[in-house]
Amino acid sequence: MKLLNKINSVLFLLCISLSFAQQTPAPEQTKDFAIVGATVHVGNGDVIENSIIVVSNGKITTIGLADSTPVTKQAIDIIDAKGKHVYPGFIVSNGTLGLVEVDAVKASNDLSEMGTFNPHVRSIIAYNAESKVIESMRPNGVLLGQVVPRGGRITGTSSIVQYDAWNWEDAAIKTDDGIHINWPNGFSRGRWWLGEDPSLKPNKDYSKQVKELTDYFNEAKSHNNGEKKETNLPYEAMAGLFNGSKHLYINAGDEKGITDAVNFAKSQGVSKVTIVGGYQASKVANLLKQNNVSVMLQRVHTRPELEDDDYDYTFKQAKALVDAGVLVALEPSGQMERMNSRNLPFYAGTTVAYGLTNEQALQLITSNAAKIMGIDDMYGTLEKGKSATLFISEGDALDMRTNLVTHAFIDGRSLSLESHQTTLWKRYAEKYGQN
Amino acid sequence: MTKTLLQLLIFMCSFSLFAQDYFPSNTGVKANNSNYTAFTNATIHVSPTETLNNATLLIKDGKVVKVGTAINIPKNTTKIDLTGKRIYPSFIDLYTTFGVKKPERGGTGPRYGAGRSGFYWNDHIMPEQDVMASFTYDSKTASQMHQLGFGVVNTHLPDGIARGTGALIALNNDADNSKRVIDGETTQHFSFTKSVTSRQAYPSSIMGSMALLRQMYNDASWYANDNADTKDLALEALNGNKKLLQIFEAGSRANLMRADKVGDDSNVQYTIVGGGDEYERINEVKRTNATIILPINFRLAYDVDNALLASTLSLSDMRAWNQEPHNPRLLAENAINFTLTTHGLKSKKSFKSNLMKAIESGLSKQKALEALTTVPAKLLGKSDVLGTLKSGSYANFLITSGDVFDKKTTLFENWVQGTPHTINALNVRDIDGDYTFKLAGNDYKLSISGSTSKPNAKIESGTNSLGTKINYADDWVNLTFKTADSLKKEYIRVVANTASGNGLNGKAILPNGNELTFYASKTQNVADIKIIDKNDKPSKINDVFMSPITYPNLAFGFNTKPQSETLLFKNATVWTNESDGILENTDVLIKDGKIAKIGKDLFSKNATVIDATGKHITAGIIDEHSHIAAASINEGGHNSSAEVTIEDVIDDEDIDIYRNLAGGVTSIQILHGSANPIGGRSAIIKLKWGEAADDLVYANSPKFIKFALGENVKQSRSSRNERFPQSRMGVEQVFMDYFTRAKAYNDAKKSGKPYRKDAEMEVLTEILNKERFISCHSYVQSEINMLMKVAEKFNFNINTFTHILEGYKVADKMKDHGVGGSTFSDWWAYKYEVNDAIPYNAAIMHNAGVVVAINSDDAEMSRRLNQEAAKSIKYGGVSEEDALKFVTLNPAKLLHLDDRVGSLKVGKDADVVLWSDHPLSIYAKAEKTIIEGVTYFDIEKDKQMRDSIKKEKSELVRLMLQDKNKGLKTQPIKKKEKELLHCDSMDNEHSTHNHN
Repeated sequence: MKLLNKINSVLFLLCISLSFAQQTPAPEQTKDFAIVGATVHVGNGDVIENSIIVVSNGKITTIGLADSTPVTKQAIDIIDAKGKHVYPGFIVSNGTLGLVEVDAVKASNDLSEMGTFNPHVRSIIAYNAESKVIESMRPNGVLLGQVVPRGGRITGTSSIVQYDAWNWEDAAIKTDDGIHINWPNGFSRGRWWLGEDPSLKPNKDYSKQVKELTDYFNEAKSHNNGEKKETNLPYEAMAGLFNGSKHLYINAGDEKGITDAVNFAKSQGVSKVTIVGGYQASKVANLLKQNNVSVMLQRVHTRPELEDDDYDYTFKQAKALVDAGVLVALEPSGQMERMNSRNLPFYAGTTVAYGLTNEQALQLITSNAAKIMGIDDMYGTLEKGKSATLFISEGDALDMRTNLVTHAFIDGRSLSLESHQTTLWKRYAEKYGQN
Repeated sequence: MTKTLLQLLIFMCSFSLFAQDYFPSNTGVKANNSNYTAFTNATIHVSPTETLNNATLLIKDGKVVKVGTAINIPKNTTKIDLTGKRIYPSFIDLYTTFGVKKPERGGTGPRYGAGRSGFYWNDHIMPEQDVMASFTYDSKTASQMHQLGFGVVNTHLPDGIARGTGALIALNNDADNSKRVIDGETTQHFSFTKSVTSRQAYPSSIMGSMALLRQMYNDASWYANDNADTKDLALEALNGNKKLLQIFEAGSRANLMRADKVGDDSNVQYTIVGGGDEYERINEVKRTNATIILPINFRLAYDVDNALLASTLSLSDMRAWNQEPHNPRLLAENAINFTLTTHGLKSKKSFKSNLMKAIESGLSKQKALEALTTVPAKLLGKSDVLGTLKSGSYANFLITSGDVFDKKTTLFENWVQGTPHTINALNVRDIDGDYTFKLAGNDYKLSISGSTSKPNAKIESGTNSLGTKINYADDWVNLTFKTADSLKKEYIRVVANTASGNGLNGKAILPNGNELTFYASKTQNVADIKIIDKNDKPSKINDVFMSPITYPNLAFGFNTKPQSETLLFKNATVWTNESDGILENTDVLIKDGKIAKIGKDLFSKNATVIDATGKHITAGIIDEHSHIAAASINEGGHNSSAEVTIEDVIDDEDIDIYRNLAGGVTSIQILHGSANPIGGRSAIIKLKWGEAADDLVYANSPKFIKFALGENVKQSRSSRNERFPQSRMGVEQVFMDYFTRAKAYNDAKKSGKPYRKDAEMEVLTEILNKERFISCHSYVQSEINMLMKVAEKFNFNINTFTHILEGYKVADKMKDHGVGGSTFSDWWAYKYEVNDAIPYNAAIMHNAGVVVAINSDDAEMSRRLNQEAAKSIKYGGVSEEDALKFVTLNPAKLLHLDDRVGSLKVGKDADVVLWSDHPLSIYAKAEKTIIEGVTYFDIEKDKQMRDSIKKEKSELVRLMLQDKNKGLKTQPIKKKEKELLHCDSMDNEHSTHNHN
């Protein structure tokens, strides 16, 4: 704990200059630096013990064994990370950070738009880069994420951001990456306020709802194939789905819904498809694999949906899918999902307790997420030429017991690990003389 | 309006027809009938236990004069020969709403005051309601009941918590109310469900209904002793109805137990309308000593054709389909008194088929008959006139072709008060058999079956089978059949009489209009043909697969309740939570439910030895703030609900109990919600999966109550603002007011003068007297400070602040006050008042000397509380040993249970967890969770249970498919779900919930 106290006091000093206001985004990297001696978790399954990472202009220029990699540059900062661990910045799939500040305060909520079909609605412009919730991600190593609109059948268009920015424009890593659908539910309940049975019964309107969606896609396709004499914003927003430039994310949980959704996407000629949620995805893993469909698996820390399900059902799904060869990332949606996004590393940690290896679990929140979202050219793994978006932890970052982030970088920029929360912590620790 | 007038006219009409003796008659001469009617040569079931063969039943004026084998028949007797037929006393349904229209809903939106004056303060207490005021005889429903064999029903107005009096009605379609109403005040009715006519918000939960009923009884006796100086017609009625049969509509096994509990507290033994699921905890049900009015609305098989949809069916729902028909048998076998009712049936017609199912499942016919006759008669105190056919009884009886509980038996007539109601004609000549006839040179063969109930006919000519229709009534047969020429659509019609008893005589009309004489001669009686019907065998229960009834009766329940064992864990890392700290390579011996020894190289002769090398042992996790295992959480109908207790609504069938065990949790405090400043009392339980609700509660449980502050209690997110308080200012005043009143109450109580016993004030007095402790939902520093000051004014301390997310801002004041903090590890941003919530809260409070616990308030998080505790290592640098105490010893201290649980110390309860790894690590799994020496969760046993669940479900699916293939009706599958309850969860609410 000695070391910890030292870190605390360092942080404490830092924070005096940074109290009250939102943390200021870090400036561009001006000086090269090297992280030396750490265990590097590359994010692709590989581990490099006693490593060196050299970062220049926001990019990794060197990565390898410390002993066999000479550092030639003169003006370089050395970060001694012996005994520590380095990870690629964790990536939130299907996130909503920046769209809501306080769940129960309606005025702070920009999560969903009215209407059923909103492919043209874009999350990025509502993304609040200065959200106090976002700054609380960084101390846990969560540095990037997708910003996804919710609500309706076609919820809208998402983008991908990094979590240390002045505004949505410089936050954006990839804008308008994909369109999100809520697949019709296989079950519906009666309207209890009209005296109907409120229990969940098979949804009688299921086929109708699927047809509505199919019709909508067909119309969009026809419109985009034509001369577009009149502008149709929603249809034109969908053009990317048919030419392969946009990803289709389909929220579906049950075996039948997932199967129907995969077949639907195939028949529509959509090439990039991901199932979001996927409670029963492991039951149709072969179908997913055959069709090259990836899964953003629902929050690992969720109660099993059915009474008869194994108590560890949600804990072990990642293992089942990974073993079947499906590309899997973890998503946090559910109650209090924004503030809980900082627990993303621990969702991954739980999948280790229930079968995956540490490095496999790490992929779920780094390289796999980056691959699905199409940002793997720069993010998701620690490799030469890729962005220096990474962090240093005292110990295993997938375990809350040892996840202690000392440094974090986005594109080589050295981030503040302070937040509204650490400010208050220090203010009151000081009040009671606890430092 | 015209309809009402018409009804009135009809009513008056019938009035004059069936006028009572002293009523003037203007429609003719007075002509009284004083004849007897005798039913002779019958098998008479005088009562369920007495059957007479070849006997006679003599009735007059609607009553039984005599029944026997050798009785004198007066000369003025009309005789009816019932050779080969049987007579049974007709059935009694104790629980119907016959002739009563359910009142209509009275608006929406809550109101906090009563809508009436001169009655009880709560609109839902309506003991003054008289069913006769809203009664209109319903001959259509009566006819349906006749077909099922019922002759008398008790009816009531099904609305409200106290529903008033019921009445006993004879289903005599040929009389008026002056005769039909056997007794206008037989029963007094109760339920947990509010009246639809009033919008009064209180009570909003089952536990609120229970508290209200208890208070009602308190107030009634206070009123009966002339202590009240105002008039209360409701309480007067309640007191007046005391001697009637007290019926409580519970509707489920769990609510049956609750109703009986209320009755026990108020010296009332209810007769309780059950749910059909009593078999799940038959011993507990038996212990109530209640007679049960038993619905037999057995569910249909689920339609499992679609395997994908069917996979969402829960084992508990599937089992219920399989087990429900055994319920009556199991009640009978356990000597629990019960009567059967048509209540709860969607279609009354299914009563008969369900009754048959119950009998096929082993209910004896004698018990069935008792349950429908003598039992209800006795309950009503009317055994002298109802339920049997002894002299003096009402002439209420059934004439049947055979055993009344046999599928093939025909019910001919249902006599009520000496009035016959024909179901099937009694004297139908049986013309079943084979015949031959000739028409226009052709030979035909005719065979008739089912002539006494549903006639069916077949006609063959040579090898041709001719489409035939038959009509048979009053000795006349009408036949229509196709001609042999299949190309033409031509028919031959026959009309013939059977009265000669010697074939069919009449005429045939040919397609061309020619009429010919028709005579069909009988060649064989059906009775002569030996029928071998494979399906006719009475099925034995042994042949039928019955799912095991487990404890609790759902997936992962135990076939037999697990027992306490002597266990020796060898070579573990032991987190003692005591001065010994963490001990490596240490053994732990558990014996007689206690921790017997901790040390190296322990040995015990009879112990089961468990190798714990590389594993960790800790005390069981204790969750200070949980809402699992409860049927309701909030009583939000008043701003104070100290009178309610979660102990009343523990749900022992919540799968989350098992899932929490799988996360190493052994004890929880089920707290009332945060809907109001003064909430309800807690239930502090051990997660003894399989035990009944009351047995989960700690023996000599410390007394706790939930208080709440802030956004929830001031209803910040509600569009209505009708309930005080609406601001934090008002919240303080609620407490000031209630404690001031409690003090005055306490003084009055001590004075020795009579006082009105008030459950709410009793509870608040306990707080003042430091016998009950407060766990208060709290967020911001101002309100935390406020409540401590209020408590100090009244000279007591707050025990625990729960949530307490700004506790770090007033940690010094908390320490001074002596209050503990039970908080979340890292929750925030879910509402405005948690803006300043920080994950360092636990560490700061802990460092300031406050006893700190980490709680869940969430059924998911509670199964990972060890990990939540570990976050305080990350956020604020708490030591690992202290972090573990946040979820073990510290909550035990906060709950005043640290002398029994919370650490590994010789003599304490053996509530321990065996972990696969470091208990604060995300990689640790609970492998065994033990409470008082009983292993309630075992990771290996869990695997076996998964297999057996799969097998059992497959078997049940097979049986359901079989049912469907037999042509039996099915129902769409249902996805069972349990609502995740939080602080702000209300009963009867189906929307999604917000947190805390």
